[in-house]
Amino acid sequence: MKTADPSPWRPPAITARWWPVFLRNLLVWRKLALPSLIGNIAEPLIWLVAFGYGMGALVGQVQVDGRAVPYILFLASGSICMSAMNAASFEALYSAFSRMHVQKTWDGIMNAPVGLDDVVFAEMAWAAFKSLFTVTAILLVMLGLGISHSPKLLAAWFILAGCGIVFSSIALIFNALAKSYDFFTYYFTLFMTPMMFLSGVFFPLEQLPDAVQAVARWLPLANAVALVRPLFMDQWPAAWLQPALTLAAYAVAAFWAALALTRRRFAA
Amino acid sequence: MPSAPLLQARHLFKRYGDTTVVDDLSFEIAPGECLGVIGPNGAGKTTTIRMCLGLTAPDAGEIVAMDGLAMPRDARAIKAQLGVVSQFDSLDPDFSCAENLVVYARYFGFSRRAFAPKVPQLLDFAALSHKADAKPGELSGGMRRRLSLARALVNDPKLLLLDEPTTGLDPQARHLMWERLQTLLQQGKSILLTTHFMDEAERLCSRLLVIDHGRKIAEGRPRELIAEHLEPDVVEVYGNGALALAASPLRQFAARVEVSGETVFFYTQDARRLLDALAAHGGLRIFHRPANLEDLFLKLTGRQIREDG
Repeated sequence: MKTADPSPWRPPAITARWWPVFLRNLLVWRKLALPSLIGNIAEPLIWLVAFGYGMGALVGQVQVDGRAVPYILFLASGSICMSAMNAASFEALYSAFSRMHVQKTWDGIMNAPVGLDDVVFAEMAWAAFKSLFTVTAILLVMLGLGISHSPKLLAAWFILAGCGIVFSSIALIFNALAKSYDFFTYYFTLFMTPMMFLSGVFFPLEQLPDAVQAVARWLPLANAVALVRPLFMDQWPAAWLQPALTLAAYAVAAFWAALALTRRRFAA
Repeated sequence: MPSAPLLQARHLFKRYGDTTVVDDLSFEIAPGECLGVIGPNGAGKTTTIRMCLGLTAPDAGEIVAMDGLAMPRDARAIKAQLGVVSQFDSLDPDFSCAENLVVYARYFGFSRRAFAPKVPQLLDFAALSHKADAKPGELSGGMRRRLSLARALVNDPKLLLLDEPTTGLDPQARHLMWERLQTLLQQGKSILLTTHFMDEAERLCSRLLVIDHGRKIAEGRPRELIAEHLEPDVVEVYGNGALALAASPLRQFAARVEVSGETVFFYTQDARRLLDALAAHGGLRIFHRPANLEDLFLKLTGRQIREDG
């Protein structure tokens, strides 16, 4: 009987057993939640205050869709997407790699009746959850600072949840390919840093040459910013369908690829 | 009627690139039996266990377990009835011993509430009651292995797969582990055990599988294997002029003579006459003992060091 490994690209087989894996991560995190939360939100808020108020005084107002908005609002709506990206990426790279490769937590889990697909899905959901938790805390601080009072922030919260899913999934692709932590430096310097500057977080995309803009509009972070920024300005995004579909496509494609590459890694 | 095997592997093959790691391997484990798998490093032991767990699929062959379930198709149903201690600890460093058990039980579908009463029993079994709140990092190697064993018992499995459960332990910790495994066997559990310790294999296993280069080279009860493959006595000789004896007329008293380093091994049916003859040679150090599993292992797999050994 021939029973060779089936294709790693077969559809995901996710069962309810992903939940105890998610819960495991939650329980570990609960032990050090407060210091970790402070660490996670302090940095983005320092950036926001320093750049928003400091640069904001120089820049004044920024034109968005023909409307002038204070620079701090412009920056806050972009940087919160960046925070979602960073929090999800760190968790799904360094922390997931520790569990997968260093601590062998995944191996232990898979000796129980839990499949690799469940584990990968749980890691994705966990990184997305942690990102959303961080983002929620930052949003609350922004509300406290009076940067935006738009009721549409609730819609932004859902977009940011999706943003966490997208970047967790992308990061898990690199997790599946990594031989050591050093590998993640490439991901940060070659992928995340350029994306940060090409996604309209710090300055409007329109400032860039047309050719660069054309590429930048396909970046996941740029699409998230395109959806979240109008909501911060208490407006519904004019063209929401294309960025929403782009983000959804990134989430599905990246998760599938992450799963396939992780299966390949574990089949060896 | 003999009961059906708990796990049956038939004609397993596994290749990585050009290397055949498991080569037409068949074996089965009966209820209540302890099957030992011994073989040099790289013989295919861990790969075989990984196939039994559905973590890697065989290139050919099949594994049937627990009344007609097939691996990897029914991996979850089979693993629900298995307990596993892998070669390297995968305990959660952030959880206490008690939490490690509760969290692991959840992977089998047991809620904290349902499982809580079993935690003290399992910790007691692992002789870790006094360490319930300690984290794995605060435990000795032996304690960590026993916690891994307790963790493998959360689902009250029928069959335990243990990959080198006592490697790296001191004699006290090893004996405690053996004691616990014997208790489990008395309770009717079955065990598949890989090991490098021949005394461990001889003490615990009712049957042994010797594999090398992925192939089964011997199978049977430890004592019977020794009787079948070896002469009953071994006389080890080293010291001045020992090596010359290997080619001397003394040979006639031994069925087989082997030289390794500075030592000559005489495998003999007639140790008395050999020892009398050796007495005539001065300056030798002589060690006479019954043939054991280690001799068998070395005879079957050779004395040379393996690449990753």
